[in-house]
Amino acid sequence: MPKEEEIRIGVFVCHCGSNIAGYLDMEELGTYSKTLPHVTFVKRNLYTCSEGGINEIKKAITEQNLNRVIVASCTPRTHEPLFRSSCAEAGLNPYLFEMVNIRDQCSWVHMQEKEDATTKAKDLIRMGVAKAALLEPQEPIMSEVESRALVIGGGIAGMTSSLALANRGYEVVLVEKKEKLGGMLNRLNKLGPTMTDAASFAEEKILAVTNHPKITIFTKAQVTDAQGFIGKYKVAIETAPGVKKIDIGVIIVATGARVFVSEGLYNHDGKKVITQLEAEALLSKGLDSSVKNVVMIQCAGGRDEERPYCSRICCQTAVKNAMLIKEQNPDAKVSILYRDMQMYGVENEEMFRDSKAKGIRYLKYDPEKPPQVESDKVTVYHSLLGREMDLAADLVVLSTPLVSQEDAEVTSQLLRVPIDENGFFLEGHVKLKPLDFATDGVFLCGSARFPANIRETVAQGLGAASRASIPLSKGSVVVEPIISVLSDEDACRGCGLCVALCPYGALEIKNTEKGRKVHIIDVACKGCGVCAATCYQHALSINSFTDQQINAQINAFLE
Amino acid sequence: MLDVGRHPNINLLAYSEIEKVDGEVGDFKVTVRRKARYVEEEKCTGCGACKEKCPTVVPDAFNEGLGERKAIYSYFAQGIPSTHTIDPDHCRQLQGKKCGICAKTCQAEAINFDQQDRILEIDVAAIIVCSGYDVFDPSLIPEYRYDQIPNVVTAIEFERLLSASGPTDGHLDRPSDRAIELEIEAFEKKAKKSQKMIQKFEDKYSETSADLYAKYQKGEYKDDEDRVKWAEKYAAHLAVMEPLDALKRKAESFSVAKKLAFIQCVGSRDFRFFPFCSGYCCMHSIKEAIIAHEHETETTSTIFGMDIRAVGKGFEEYKVRGGNHSNITYVRGRVAEITEGPDSNPVVTYEDTKERKVKSEAFDLVILATACAPTKGILELSNILGIELDPYNFVKTSSLSPVDSTRPGIFVCGCAESPMDVPESVAQASSAAERAAESAFQADLKKEEAVA
Repeated sequence: MPKEEEIRIGVFVCHCGSNIAGYLDMEELGTYSKTLPHVTFVKRNLYTCSEGGINEIKKAITEQNLNRVIVASCTPRTHEPLFRSSCAEAGLNPYLFEMVNIRDQCSWVHMQEKEDATTKAKDLIRMGVAKAALLEPQEPIMSEVESRALVIGGGIAGMTSSLALANRGYEVVLVEKKEKLGGMLNRLNKLGPTMTDAASFAEEKILAVTNHPKITIFTKAQVTDAQGFIGKYKVAIETAPGVKKIDIGVIIVATGARVFVSEGLYNHDGKKVITQLEAEALLSKGLDSSVKNVVMIQCAGGRDEERPYCSRICCQTAVKNAMLIKEQNPDAKVSILYRDMQMYGVENEEMFRDSKAKGIRYLKYDPEKPPQVESDKVTVYHSLLGREMDLAADLVVLSTPLVSQEDAEVTSQLLRVPIDENGFFLEGHVKLKPLDFATDGVFLCGSARFPANIRETVAQGLGAASRASIPLSKGSVVVEPIISVLSDEDACRGCGLCVALCPYGALEIKNTEKGRKVHIIDVACKGCGVCAATCYQHALSINSFTDQQINAQINAFLE
Repeated sequence: MLDVGRHPNINLLAYSEIEKVDGEVGDFKVTVRRKARYVEEEKCTGCGACKEKCPTVVPDAFNEGLGERKAIYSYFAQGIPSTHTIDPDHCRQLQGKKCGICAKTCQAEAINFDQQDRILEIDVAAIIVCSGYDVFDPSLIPEYRYDQIPNVVTAIEFERLLSASGPTDGHLDRPSDRAIELEIEAFEKKAKKSQKMIQKFEDKYSETSADLYAKYQKGEYKDDEDRVKWAEKYAAHLAVMEPLDALKRKAESFSVAKKLAFIQCVGSRDFRFFPFCSGYCCMHSIKEAIIAHEHETETTSTIFGMDIRAVGKGFEEYKVRGGNHSNITYVRGRVAEITEGPDSNPVVTYEDTKERKVKSEAFDLVILATACAPTKGILELSNILGIELDPYNFVKTSSLSPVDSTRPGIFVCGCAESPMDVPESVAQASSAAERAAESAFQADLKKEEAVA
């Protein structure tokens, strides 16, 4: 469309049955809209979204030569896609459509004030018209997706994800930094609450992954570089024979966690005072029959100022191991010193009950008066009995929390995804997007996200594979062109402030002939506008929300 | 919801039930009953004009019966699909009476009183069960007197009271106070009528009703039929006004609930009902207490529980923050009994296990953190689907295949599998989707191999 073409705006005012018409003066809105600049056609509809209403729009675009369409009705969240596609069907670029919300913002919130609500609706329509006159056509952005997933971490989470994707026909590259797959599973004895043998479960999974024709495994390897964006990553993997460069479509982070232990924590010595993980090794070897008195201390190094979170799985691990100790040495006395027994759910609570029936003793301690570990006993202030007790102990087991991997921060920087205050990876939304990162194309599962037991880890491994398979199965990503653009390249100084602030990793600085300039990765950009608002040079702007368009709206409002 | 409603690959069959499942993974035939809405989905625009005009008022299940809806309704304002539904148990027309007002109102001509249930047969490769859970009925616990004490509510009812779009616009009005306010309204209606009546007499005789009544009681006007009638009407008016004034005086002291008690493990970790831990209730109570405190900063909350299970990401920190900034006190102890004290205040009797003392304390409102009960319909559904349930009637899975049911090709997620919170449910939903896609893909491969 040539620039000089006359701007002809059509305004469709929706009654929404009585949802809008019941509270606003619709006739007034119609008459008023006709008086606005560039408006050549106005129509009121009972329901603009009905088949009849849509046909009216299409007819008007053709017959009235409209080149901008405004619908004043409900919310773009529900109806913008419909109206846009209707414009497109009539041959008008869908981004020359503008929506004005006179329902949520007028009739719904000002039900008792017809006159003021009508005035406000007029303001909103006037602002919409001012903006619409400056709208420019846009084309959706499409980018191919490489049909190959990278899974970082060969523990149970990563192996589960890899198998799931491979079983659906996608190629998978699995990278493990240790020499053997299996991760934490390799160091566990039995898996609660079913008491499945960890080693044989690990072997079974390792075998399946190793034999799968779609999975390429790199052990003793590390991802050292990941450039690009969803669908098009160039990944460098450092392996013993040398660096491999592979094109990747999506990435799953399944790097797990490690068991915390600190020097001198409850006199930890790895022999008489050990962690639950060390207890797993002891139990799989077989407990010495001399072990008669065992004391476990929960929240050892957890739920304190330094590590304020509850590590979720240590209570169930303690109960499981306590039962296994009783199984191996039935005469042993096992006491668990706890703050809250976190035996959530069906299976855990069941195991908790069974353990009590088997004679495991539970003593509640107060974090202000933590237990004291001495050479052959543990002294604890029993907060329910209100007195101090001495417990004989020839083995003390510390339930220490899982903490993030030492290299979590490196991975985070490599993939440009965030970590939280405890060093675990931070998902896109803690409730609604637990397995996605805010950055498209990168996913998360297992204890890299937060401590998880075997059931949860397997579920998340499958879930992350499901999320990652969406772009893989589509083969391409199509994004709305309402994104950031470098509208004034000369103004950009390449300072990188926008790059640091972009929550989606959609910006990068490139060296060009004109010097350092920001470059926008179209498909990664969500059009949030943080960069444009930050740029003190006004070099960036957002399509369909340019400074010019927003200024026009503000000026129209102030008229 | 919106995304589901709008997705081109999702065919949403709301208000429908599964009747039969034949076949096997990759090739299931499912019989679905689409229940009659008496509203044609393709025509209904969801405008709501019908429900405005509908004369029949019914308790609103969505607001836990705390509010009202009409006989033609949408389940709740943002519901998807927005199609309205006629409740045949209450609709006058469908009950054989004369009405049809909605049909006259509907400009889309979507009302169809003759609509019948429809049976659909669909071919699917895999099935995912996500039928959720029921809220445990706390009236089964006699010592908590949920049925008898109005100011004892469930966590879900409390959620509706806290909601800005709920029956109290988000103000924590106590149910006992709301009941009295409703009584006042009813009395005021009556009083207005009787006032009108005696006003007529007062105008006629230019005398106040009180003077007339005093004289009448002294024995005057015995033979004056009109004045006797006046006196009787005045007596009836007084009979309305006296309790009305008393109620109004009482209502003057009403204020929103500010002293709250949350009782954990109501039906959970209880051998009489469900021995399991429902997992999400501790955090739910903490969240409700924090929001109540946001509404009214004087609010104090006491959470009574055995263990406070704050095990998710950021949960422990949230719990500690609630204690430090939102006036929440955590008491370790199981509540033995709730009784009703003065001013309709529930009185909670419990053992403070840390002080080893039995204590009683009155609260404005008591909230019961009810258990995650397996949904009642799951027995029938599991029979139709041919899947096994665990001893509590959750869908049986194993910890190493957490979303696979006992029948290949049928998967499960969310609280139908076991109690869990929102992030776990969302993650598990993705897991089930993955397993479903995987089994469909594998079934196709097999078929192709068989052909080849």
